[in-house]
Amino acid sequence: MALSRLSSSAPGSNLLKPLTSAPSLRRSFSAAADDSTPITIETSLPFTSHVCDVPSRTVETSPKELMKFFRDMALMRRMEIAADSLYKSKLIRGFCHLYDGQEAVAIGMEAAITKKDCIITAYRDHCTFLGRGGTLLQVFSELMGRQGGCSKGKGGSMHFYKKDSGFYGGHGIVGAQVPLGCGLAFAQKYSKDETVTFALYGDGAANQGQLFEALNISALWDLPAILVCENNHYGMGTAEWRAAKSPAYYKRGDYVPGLKVDGMDVFAVKQACKFAKEHALKNGPIILEMDTYRYHGHSMSDPGSTYRTRDEISGVRQERDPIERIRKLIFAHDIATEKELKDIEKEMRKEVDEAIAQAKESPMPDPSELFTNVYVKGYGVESYGPDRKEVRAVLP
Amino acid sequence: MLGIIRQKLGAGSSSATMLGQLQRIRPAASALRSFSSSAKEMTVRDALNSALDEEMSADPKVFLMGEEVGEYQGAYKITKGLLDKYGPERVLDTPITEAGFTGIGVGAAYYGLKPVVEFMTFNFSMQAIDHIINSAAKSNYMSAGQINVPIVFRGPNGAAAGVGAQHSQCYAAWFAAVPGLKVLAPYSSEDARGLLKAAIRDPDPVVFLENELLYGESFPVSAEVFDSSFCLPIGKAKIEREGKDITITAFSKMVGYALQAAEILAKEGINAEVINLRSIRPLDRATINTSVRKTNRLITVEEGFPQHGVGAEICASVVEESFGYLDAPVERVAGADVPMPYAANLERLAVPQIEDIVRAAKRACYRSVPLAASA
Repeated sequence: MALSRLSSSAPGSNLLKPLTSAPSLRRSFSAAADDSTPITIETSLPFTSHVCDVPSRTVETSPKELMKFFRDMALMRRMEIAADSLYKSKLIRGFCHLYDGQEAVAIGMEAAITKKDCIITAYRDHCTFLGRGGTLLQVFSELMGRQGGCSKGKGGSMHFYKKDSGFYGGHGIVGAQVPLGCGLAFAQKYSKDETVTFALYGDGAANQGQLFEALNISALWDLPAILVCENNHYGMGTAEWRAAKSPAYYKRGDYVPGLKVDGMDVFAVKQACKFAKEHALKNGPIILEMDTYRYHGHSMSDPGSTYRTRDEISGVRQERDPIERIRKLIFAHDIATEKELKDIEKEMRKEVDEAIAQAKESPMPDPSELFTNVYVKGYGVESYGPDRKEVRAVLP
Repeated sequence: MLGIIRQKLGAGSSSATMLGQLQRIRPAASALRSFSSSAKEMTVRDALNSALDEEMSADPKVFLMGEEVGEYQGAYKITKGLLDKYGPERVLDTPITEAGFTGIGVGAAYYGLKPVVEFMTFNFSMQAIDHIINSAAKSNYMSAGQINVPIVFRGPNGAAAGVGAQHSQCYAAWFAAVPGLKVLAPYSSEDARGLLKAAIRDPDPVVFLENELLYGESFPVSAEVFDSSFCLPIGKAKIEREGKDITITAFSKMVGYALQAAEILAKEGINAEVINLRSIRPLDRATINTSVRKTNRLITVEEGFPQHGVGAEICASVVEESFGYLDAPVERVAGADVPMPYAANLERLAVPQIEDIVRAAKRACYRSVPLAASA
């Protein structure tokens, strides 16, 4: 059960004990951001595997990487919280599924792969899009339905895409993204690109039949597909133990290997994704189960506290928050001061506020955009509005 | 062993029985068959096979996927010989998991490949319909043009012979309702070749509705049809028979029936114009309306269920655009409003027959005896 997780997680006092003897001189923040001196740390927990070897718990990082992780996750956190406010002031409409708490999965994955590898996910996609190189302005404009949005305002929260850096959305139908992701992997193999696809899905989607159909084909055809279950333990309002007979999602692949990963530890995520990419290119599909947590409810319509206790939520925030982990690591290695980190957070807040202000300036789409992009080639066919004698358009 | 089988199947054979498949009632001969011996003929099966072959040869991104398309040579032999020619990387036999393999096909199309996904019949497309509609049709719009989906979904659609309720539905109306999809329905071999080539080259998702009973039919084809660059335009209907008294629209197998009905009507002095729709979406409203403005009377013919069918859309279009030109109410001839029965006599009653088209045409021409008390 989700509640028991609190006692079993051991964030590890080893976080505070550097394994290498880094110089104890405090360096300024700006120097730290460029410092590539290797630091060796251990992931919070060992990996658990199913039908495969475990990657090492020992990871190499650097002050530069630690500062980047902190900055990027702080930005994502700030972005999602700002989206919450925008939704409450009715500037964002419809659906809004927030990712705060799960940032380590997006950031750790990006650190292990390139933009030629593909990522596809479901509707909790704002941070994933940002990680793939999307801008804050594109995010907020799209959320508010403006022209500056990544889908020109026509997609909305659940339909962000960035094909030029391998981000294929942004999908509203639970589970559909997994066969699509295996199709991307198929195409990568067909094109001999030596790249992989990460298809992300939640613990709710893990029970979908099409997932197993796609996994079967991926294993048969040795596709470089990595299925990543972002297990935040609740499929909307249904806890995993109420939806899955076997919530060991990393084992669900049967003949397909799987790895269970602490999804709140960005280094564990990075290590696992690196391992998975090497595996998928040689041996076909692998499943990664990221043990993670979302602070918000399923969407903005869900308070998130009717099926979980506030103690559980605050407990995770205290013991396992991904940003706090990095903050402690940074202090333990004397990479930056508390004030410097707070300044970064202020800077991120400012960036977000500026992006929102700019996004508010972006105009709504022109009414003629109602009829664009229905087809790539419309052959001059007519399309109609609700009153077809009144509104007609020719599709280019 | 495969070589022997291939030779037995032969080329250009119009035999309907292959490798012990179910017997089917031979459809009535096409009215176009009676030509001089110098005209070249081609079966619909060969038309589709050659179209696939040529498009795969021209573009390495085109690949085939579906149940039995490879080693079995195709459930209806449409993909015969292609595995040998292009290899297992481009002709892929899938497990019986439509939702999974259709999703994989759409994902491959997102990346830029050009999949041709075969459904053994379109009845099985319902298992994958979420991917056809939500993952394929809507993606270009939702992404404002970033993700286009150059995929073709093809396979036999509609009634066959004696296959019962779960294997006989026509999906033209359902798919054609969705913006973002293109829906094509060939009739003749020329249609099959030209439209399939156009579909594969098209950058948008295309639903390509074939007909099992037409696969073995032979049609005369002109020399240009054999050319590898031959292509038919999407969204344009063909006037198979010109006339001036009544317009009959039809697609797929019903075009053949409409042409035969037109022969019968001609003997009674009714000169019918038969329109082969070819494209259900986009629908060639211009050709249909121009024809109705000429003839002033319209019957729509289709095999599928009548409610919310293709004929309903055509009728609405004509009422909206050409109301003043209609001299009689629009008549719809469609499949019976029941699941398809098995018994041969009931099956015959469930699908339009030539006499149904003739009777409806006469009604539209005020030539039939009224049902009410006689004068």
